[in-house]
Amino acid sequence: MKVKVLNRNEEDFTRERAQDVKKVHRNYDPALHQFTKAHEYTRALNAAKLERVFAKPFVCALAHSDGITALARNPRKLNSLVAGSADGEIRIWDIPGERALRKLIGHSGAVRGIGFAPDGETCVSAGNDASVKLWKVPYAPFEAGDVCAEQGPVLEFQGKHAFRGVDHHWCRSTFATAGATVELWDHGRSEPIGSFSWGSDSVVSVRFNPAEPDIFASTGIDRAIALYDLRQGTPLRKLVMQTRCNALAWNPMEAFNFTVANEDCNLYSYDMRKLGTATCVHKDFVSAVIDVDYSPTGREFVAGSYDRSVRIFPFNGGHSREIYHTKRMQRIFSVRFSGDGAYVFSGSDDMNVRVWKADASAQLGVTLPREKHKQAYQKALVERYKHLPEIKKVVRHRNVPKPIYKAAKMRRAVQEADKRKLSNRIKHSAPGAVTVKPERKKKIVAEVE
Amino acid sequence: MEAAPTEPPPGDAAQKKRKRPKPDAYLASIGDRKLKGRLRHTENLIAQSSKAAAKIGEWLAPAEAGTLEAEGVEETWQFQQQDIAAAVGAGARSKAFDLVLPELGPYSAAYTRSGRHLVLGGRKGHLAVMEWQRQRLTCEVQVAETTRAVTFLHNELFWAAAQKKYVYIYDKRGLEVHCLRDHTAPAALEFLPHHFLLASVGEAGLLTYQDTSHGAIVAQHRTRLGPCAVMRQNPHNGVLCLGHAAGTVTMWTPNITTPVVKMLCHRGAVTAVAVDPTGHQLVTAGVDCQVKVWDVRTFKPLHAYFANAPATSLDVSQRGMLAVGQGRRLQVWNDALASKARSPYLTHALPTGGVASLRFCPFEDVLGAGAAGGFSSVLVPGAGEPNVDSFLANPYASRKERQEAEVTALMDKLQPETIVLDPDSIGKLLREPSQVAKERRAAEDEANRARRREREETADEKARMKGKNKPSRRQRRKQSNVIEEKRPAMLARMREEEERTRAAAAEEKQKRVEAVPRALQRFAR
Repeated sequence: MKVKVLNRNEEDFTRERAQDVKKVHRNYDPALHQFTKAHEYTRALNAAKLERVFAKPFVCALAHSDGITALARNPRKLNSLVAGSADGEIRIWDIPGERALRKLIGHSGAVRGIGFAPDGETCVSAGNDASVKLWKVPYAPFEAGDVCAEQGPVLEFQGKHAFRGVDHHWCRSTFATAGATVELWDHGRSEPIGSFSWGSDSVVSVRFNPAEPDIFASTGIDRAIALYDLRQGTPLRKLVMQTRCNALAWNPMEAFNFTVANEDCNLYSYDMRKLGTATCVHKDFVSAVIDVDYSPTGREFVAGSYDRSVRIFPFNGGHSREIYHTKRMQRIFSVRFSGDGAYVFSGSDDMNVRVWKADASAQLGVTLPREKHKQAYQKALVERYKHLPEIKKVVRHRNVPKPIYKAAKMRRAVQEADKRKLSNRIKHSAPGAVTVKPERKKKIVAEVE
Repeated sequence: MEAAPTEPPPGDAAQKKRKRPKPDAYLASIGDRKLKGRLRHTENLIAQSSKAAAKIGEWLAPAEAGTLEAEGVEETWQFQQQDIAAAVGAGARSKAFDLVLPELGPYSAAYTRSGRHLVLGGRKGHLAVMEWQRQRLTCEVQVAETTRAVTFLHNELFWAAAQKKYVYIYDKRGLEVHCLRDHTAPAALEFLPHHFLLASVGEAGLLTYQDTSHGAIVAQHRTRLGPCAVMRQNPHNGVLCLGHAAGTVTMWTPNITTPVVKMLCHRGAVTAVAVDPTGHQLVTAGVDCQVKVWDVRTFKPLHAYFANAPATSLDVSQRGMLAVGQGRRLQVWNDALASKARSPYLTHALPTGGVASLRFCPFEDVLGAGAAGGFSSVLVPGAGEPNVDSFLANPYASRKERQEAEVTALMDKLQPETIVLDPDSIGKLLREPSQVAKERRAAEDEANRARRREREETADEKARMKGKNKPSRRQRRKQSNVIEEKRPAMLARMREEEERTRAAAAEEKQKRVEAVPRALQRFAR
């Protein structure tokens, strides 16, 4: 007879002293681990609920003395933000300290655009007073305290007309201004080094391509998006839409793609090489979209609208993943992503720059490795089960202000009626007689070379 | 082992047929390419990680299961307990013992999920909890009341006893902490650890589910099949299997008031039921002296064993050994579920009397047998799972670990709705097959048409006048006509009736008044 009976030594399973590492034995036999699917689903549901419970996106508000009209983030410093207001004052903010480092006094009209030089030590601002000013941006020291000294501009560039926007080149000492024409300036010249115009209408925004140093784009009140090449004297290409675009942002990771914020409540993403059709239409706003800015990751962008809300969209998704609003926040005029993609800044008419978390339920501060692991696990769970109705409902639900809710409802009704009308028309006409333009091409009027 | 096919299959079609469907086969029906790509990626990740986990499992499962091998002409069933005990080490030997308690039996027994603690319940009210491997008594009480079944709750700190009228919950000191009055005359108890549900069934045939985490009654089902004392849970899906006097076995979930499965298993009453840990096989015993093995997935009998006396209790071990108790005789069968075994693996005659309940101890090669005159712990080499999972049911958990495990278990508590026959269906969307959808839509259309036709036929009022043909107006007109026609007549009738009764009352009063002498007429009513 050969016999063996299980007999475990307790010392193999317990530790001798409290300081010793715990002895862990695993057995992945599925017969021991019953209900794994149900447990995982339950955890996913709980994680989805917890995510909504901890969704507290608002971080702080930084007060100005007039409505915020322009925002810019420092390309070299995570903690630095520059905001210009309608009274012509620009403030340099130390975000973690929630304090203004400098007040930049010089503009006599509203500041309409701010652009940072690539070194992160100087910035240019353009305003309604037909001047562009170059400022020194001091470094925010680590010790917090009340610093709010006033400072004047280093250089001034006088233009012929009011400016609507400015953008600095990503690697040279050039910057472009938008106004009656698009003008190119250099730090060393008091006069513009170049000027582009196409038609007689003024241009409202201009942005340099982050990857291709000679390419930049502008949007104008003639409803056009224009592309330019610095090496040529004339604009490259123009796309005319049904309504005008208020702002434009290049995708920093796929620099041939850009997104425009349109007056018709939507945002449109385009491929620079193929302007005949939008790559994606981003819907959800109920009023004109005023500003847009990409996350440094290029996976999502933030947009601010005249309906007093900020939304974050995936770069390829038709609907926003997040909406931020507060009772006191007024029309949004400017939005920016932070340099690490973790925060979102919004400047609005109510004289405040608001700082939001890009991920509403993210935990601030230092997280332990175990916490990190747990959060990653919960995120993966929600991601896996997000298509199931119970979880989808929790994940997608957002409270929106009543005016937005009502307006969205009305827009939906109108859109459905249009759709119904179109389908009826198709039904009652000869096959092929009614051509349906896809949503991505519907708003494009013309493409001009 | 199967022999390799001598010639290749005739064509591609045959090869395709034999291929098993891939786990991501459902992706073919998804139209959205973005979604499809992402889902495929997820499926790949899951497949990879489960493969890796399986590999790690092989490396990290060092312990091997117990064995008993016969040499020469010996058979394993011939070995006596004392032979086995003599052949193993002192540690294992101490696990075989007999508790002789002749006064208060028969005893029912239950182990915790980790197998460290044992609770004994004597029919005459003797309840005891012990750390059986250390031979240490945790608590002992005499409730002086008939006790039919005992079970542990989620850990060793709380345990429940089915007493004469109600179920009582006791703590580790043996103090009564709850009396569950919703369970009347309970005869069998089961605790569902993933759902924190305590289920009982008894004299009234009333199956009661109570949540032990917040105390609410989750469900009460009337089985309508008479008194019931045979109940076991299917550990795979949490479905309760009840054995009834008519020879049927019914399966219950808290969500449906009727049994989800009802199978006729025996001629005569069912005496015991057991489900194997994978949840695929059900073993039933009846008074017709049969022990039958059923496939729970198809609900068909696999094979049957015949005995000279009806088996009174059954249990299946973690590694699939079947224990059968008949009177004082105890048999353990190896490989008896998947295939029909020829002879038992072990036999044993209990010194403590007839078997009342059989339970294999988890993670140990031990079978606990509650008997009429006490309790016996029998060595069954190869019965228990050799490798312990520290995060699942750790027999060596410290106090802190136990507390943490309790919190984790409560956070992961499953809702009663997750008890379904196929637990893998949770977290899946069932898509209606296109053919079925088509049929359903056709039926709906047909019903709508029929209703419309009927309405058209029965419409009594003809719509002639222009502009007065709105459905709402027609309805209103109809209503107003009805009222005007019937109402005045009804009102007149009511008035007439009222007058008549008033006149009759006055006449009556007059008669009464006149009947009394004149001097007293003013007192008349």
